Formats: sequence, C-alpha cells, structure tokens
Amino acid sequence: MEYFFEILFSGLTRGSVYALIALGYTMVYGIIGLINFAHGEMYMIGAFTALIVSSVLSIYGLPLPSILILAGLAAAIWAGAYGFTVERLAYRPLRGAPRLAPLISAIGMSIFLQNYILLAQTPDFVPFPSLVPEFAFLEPYSAIINSSGLTIMAVSTLVMCALILLIKFTRTGKAMRATAQDRKMALLVGINVDRIISLTFITGSALAAIGGLLIASHIGQINFAIGFIAGIKAFTAAVLGGIGSIPGAVLGSFVLGLTEAFATGYVSSDYEDVFAFSLLVLILIFRPAGLLGNAAAEKV
Amino acid sequence: MKKKSLTNPTGKDIRHALMVGLWFMFLTFPLLVIKVNPIEQTVTWRWANMLWVGGASAAIALACRLIAARRTEKMEHLSRMPEQTALRHKLPLLFTQDRLRLLGAMVMLLLLAFPLAFSTYQVNIMTTALMYVILGLGLNIVVGFAGLLNLGYVAFYAVGAYTYGLLHLHFNLGFWTALPIGGLMGALFGLLLGFPVLRLRGDYLAIVTLGFGEIIRLVLENWGAFSQGPSGIADIPRPGLFGIGMTLDQSLVYQYYLTIAMALFTVFMVNRLRHSRIGRAWFALREDEIACQAMGIDTTALKLTAFALGAAWSGMTGVLFAAKTTFINPASFTFMESAIILCIVVLGGMGSIIGVAAAALILMLLPEYLRAVAEYRMLVFGAVLVVMMIIRPRGLMQPMRQTHLPAR
Repeated sequence: MEYFFEILFSGLTRGSVYALIALGYTMVYGIIGLINFAHGEMYMIGAFTALIVSSVLSIYGLPLPSILILAGLAAAIWAGAYGFTVERLAYRPLRGAPRLAPLISAIGMSIFLQNYILLAQTPDFVPFPSLVPEFAFLEPYSAIINSSGLTIMAVSTLVMCALILLIKFTRTGKAMRATAQDRKMALLVGINVDRIISLTFITGSALAAIGGLLIASHIGQINFAIGFIAGIKAFTAAVLGGIGSIPGAVLGSFVLGLTEAFATGYVSSDYEDVFAFSLLVLILIFRPAGLLGNAAAEKV
Repeated sequence: MKKKSLTNPTGKDIRHALMVGLWFMFLTFPLLVIKVNPIEQTVTWRWANMLWVGGASAAIALACRLIAARRTEKMEHLSRMPEQTALRHKLPLLFTQDRLRLLGAMVMLLLLAFPLAFSTYQVNIMTTALMYVILGLGLNIVVGFAGLLNLGYVAFYAVGAYTYGLLHLHFNLGFWTALPIGGLMGALFGLLLGFPVLRLRGDYLAIVTLGFGEIIRLVLENWGAFSQGPSGIADIPRPGLFGIGMTLDQSLVYQYYLTIAMALFTVFMVNRLRHSRIGRAWFALREDEIACQAMGIDTTALKLTAFALGAAWSGMTGVLFAAKTTFINPASFTFMESAIILCIVVLGGMGSIIGVAAAALILMLLPEYLRAVAEYRMLVFGAVLVVMMIIRPRGLMQPMRQTHLPAR
C-alpha cells in the first residue's frame, strides 16, 4: 500500500510540472493556433537561468529560501523575455502565412535555442543544487512524500490559481479570451492583439521556466536537451485534455503524469513513454477533440 | 513627396538599432556572460560576449530596417506604374516549361558526373542528400498533396531499415529482395497508423503521428529480443550487382547511382500520381475535406492511400539507408529526423516536386559544408530555417497547378 501511495505522489508531482508547461502550450495554441515547438526550450532556459542565479547567490552566501525565490523570479523574467523575443522574431512576421510556416519556424527556433545553450553553457549534464529545504514535519512520511515534490505541487497549484484568476477576472484576461475566440473581432473592438499575443508568450514562458526550476531542483541535473522531451510530453498532455482549453491542459497533465508513474511503477520504466503515447492515441480515438475539448461543428 | 535616402540611416533607425542591441545584451546576459562551475563553486564572467551580441544584433537590426525601407519604397514605385508594366516587374517568368527542362537536364548531367569529379567522401554525402530527396518527396504525398500533417514519418523509415536488417540477420535475404518487402512493410505500417487517426484533424493528427513515431523507436530500443535494442544491427551488406565483387569505393559509387535511379523513379511516380485521379482527389481533400466528400470522393480510402503510399517510399528509403550505413540502431530514427524531413517539404513549397528536391539538397548539404564552422553548424541551421520561412513563407517554389484544359 505504501508503494501505491509513493507512486501516486510521484505521478502527481509529474502531473504538476507537465501542467505548468502545458498551460503555455494551450494558451499559445488557443490564441494563434500554433504548436509552439520552442516552448520546451523556455523550460530549459528557465532551468539554466535558475542554475546560474542560484549558484552565484549561494557563493555570496544567501540563505536557501531567498535563493529559491530569487532564482525563480530570474528564471521567470528571463524566460519571459526569451518568449517575447522568439515570438517577435520568428512568429510575428509569419502571421497570415500558411499554417505550416510558423511550425517550421518554431522547429528552427527550438534547434537554435538548444545549440545556443550548448555553446554558451555546456554540452554535458550539470548538477543542479537542491533548492528546497527539507521540511521537518514530513519526517514520518519520508518514504512516500518528499519536500521537493510537495513544493512542486504547492507552487504549481498557486501559480495555476493565479493564472486562472488573471484570465477570468482581469481586463487583460478578458482581452486574452476575446483574442482566443476571434482575433479579427477582438481587433475590431479595440484590443491591441499584438500586445495580447506577446503577453501570452511571456506568461506561458514564465510558467514553463518555473516548472523547469522546480523539476531541475527535484531531479538534480540538467542539460541543453531536456526541453525537448518535456515539451513533447506537455504538448501531449495539452492535446489529451483538449488543446486550447486551460482546465483541459491541467486535467490532461495529471492523467498523463499518473499514467506514466503507474506504468513505471508497476510495469517497466522502459515503456513509460510508450504508455503515454498509447494512452493519447486511445483517448483521441474515442474523443477526437480531447477530454475537455468540444469538437466544434464545422460550418460550411 | 520627398524621397527618403536609401543608404543613409536616419536617427530613428539608429535609435531602434541601439534599443535592439541593448535588449539582446539584457536577454543573453545570464546565459552567455556568466558561467558557473557548480562543483568547484566558481564563476566565470565573460563580458566580451555581451559586447559581441550587442554590436551584432544592433547591426543586424539596422540592416533589416534599411532593407525593409528599401522594399516598401520599391513597392510604392511599382504601385504607381501602369498595371501591365508593374505585373511584368513583379513576375519575371523565370521558369517556363522549356527552361525547366533545360535546367533539369543540366542538373541531371551534373549529378551523373559528380562521382567523376569528387572524392568518395563527397559522393557519400550526396547519396545521403539524395535519400532525403526521396524521403521529402514521399512525405510530400502525405503533407503536400493530401494535407495530412505527419510528424512521425521517420517511423516508416525505421520500419524499412529494420525490415532489411532483420531479414538479413535471420533469413540472410539480400538487398534486392528486401527492397520491395521494406516498401510493403512501410505501407502496412502506414495503414496501421492511418486507421486510428482517420477522424482526427489538423494538429491532433500531428501529435498522434508524432507519438506513433516515438512508440516505434522506443519499442525498437527496448524490445531487445526482437531488435537487439540500442546496440543495433551491424554488418548489413551493401547492395550487390549480380554478384560482381566490388571494392568499397566502387560500391559507394554504385550506391550513389542506385540512389539517383531511385530518386528519378520517385520523381516520375510522384509526378504521375499528382496528375492522376487520386492526385486530384488529394488536392481536393487538402483544400476542403467537406466539399471533397460532397463531391462523392471516398475520403477514408483517400487518406489511407496517402498514408500507405507515403510510408511505402519511406520504407524503401529505409532499406537503402540500412544498406548504405551497414549498421542501424534506434538512435538514427528520432523525432528530429521527422522534423527535418517536414522542413524539407515545407521549405520546398508544399506539393512542388522541384522545390522539395531543391530544399532537400540545400538542407542536407548545408550542415555538411558548414563543418568549417563545426561548432556553430546546428545553430546556423536553426537560424536558417527561421529566416527562410520568414523570407519565403510559402516555400522556395510555389507549386504550379497544371490546368487540364485543351490548349488554345
């Protein structure tokens, strides 16, 4: 029974991280209908920025909790800046181009950013310091729950709630929803669509960066290629839940995280990804628009 | 109207360039300037990088802005012209039918003479590039003609390669027997993928095909009893020619001509397919699925044919690949391969045969000849993809649709 809970916990941890990344995918997809292949790189860039900032700060001898917060802030700010720049350089000139053109541009950006980090930092795996302090109150359950996993869940829940509040109740959020529904109409009612799209990229990238920091501190090592597989998994999660839908992305992430954890725990860790993708295929066969997506009737 | 000078940047342009430079200095500050060694707890500050980035990005921004200004001026100039002359300026008829034939013949001659003039190393690179021409044309059937976004194309490539590898390993079959079997296996797997995804549209299709590609690779990697796992299959024989013994160099050149023949066959087939009944139905499917159905076309059969035919080519190229490298393992069949083949199709101009062939040659030869700047080649490759898409979002060649009207 303890084993079961341990796996459940690790599944929830994974799910939380996937959710942080998947939200960015789904928001960008909802607004401009682009699979942003470079989104996983934001996660990687966030992790690297956090590594640099936290190492510099720890050399100057700051206490652990403040390092965590400052590293998180720096990761979010810089990843947001990268997201903004990537959109500005690689996607904005392609607005109105055929559907596949921005996709190729995104793949190009992804290759570019990976190699940029490879050259600017290192091609090898680097150890990432554990930034989360051990919580004393978890001592009796240490076999099941670890503090970094718990922090991941708490932070991602907080961030997700903040995001939902932002989208539901603020003017900007309203403008985002309007842009997602109908870009041309949003333009007509006076929404600065370009700015909203930039903002979406910044928010999405910042979320992914926080995910990157948390998981890097949980796993303990990073390299330049980690963004790719995480990005694909998160995208799978977003599609699983119904791409373009924010609750769908969260649900899809948890379904995916739990599936992977249980497949690893009870079957074999070799086939973890096979299970994830088979689940995706199965769900899409029965619900072609994902779990929470509604298949829009096509007007002729 | 006062004419703006074309060569002299205004103060505004310079200010913009400076802002861009500053922004990039901020952007690259932590990752490019600071380098930490987490084990020894040391920090290296590389301030020179920051200056480089700032200067380069400012210069590029200035250049882009000047080029853009010049282009708007040209467009204005054109729009003031009478319509007829303007049209002639816009569309120089570079590619008439005759010129295309001539160009094709010249390229063909160059390709045939290639092994005479260059070393086997160069020939080998060219063989690889030609294989990507075939792959690009195959994927072009699925993505360019039928409009089904397939991100797992490399799976069929893997199926073909492993078909040959395993058939040789267990039954000692040769290249020429394996080639059609590889094609058939590819088609079979194409159908296998095609059935579950019939109902899916657009990007859902993309992720499922991506997942399919990954599943195939992971199974090959982990099911060691079947595929020998990550260590792969070695000692696959090169293609033979009626049992004539060949030295390694001769064999490579032979393989080069074989690949050319295969590429020509593919071009011929794809060209015939394009103008056939199926081809026109694919175009209809691509443009509008519902209208296509309303015209009484069986879209299910059509999609499955597209998947199967596209996959068949991938399978055959897989056999060719296995024979060329004589060693295969799952690491050759990652998503990156699929992405690059897709880039070839989109960059070439979806549906255009010449465009796809040209794009394959450019994209495959580019990294090879960038070896001079070895470290930076993938960086440049990524940047080239982005820039090319921005300059030509519809691809190098926009496919011309042949009209089926009697000549007047």
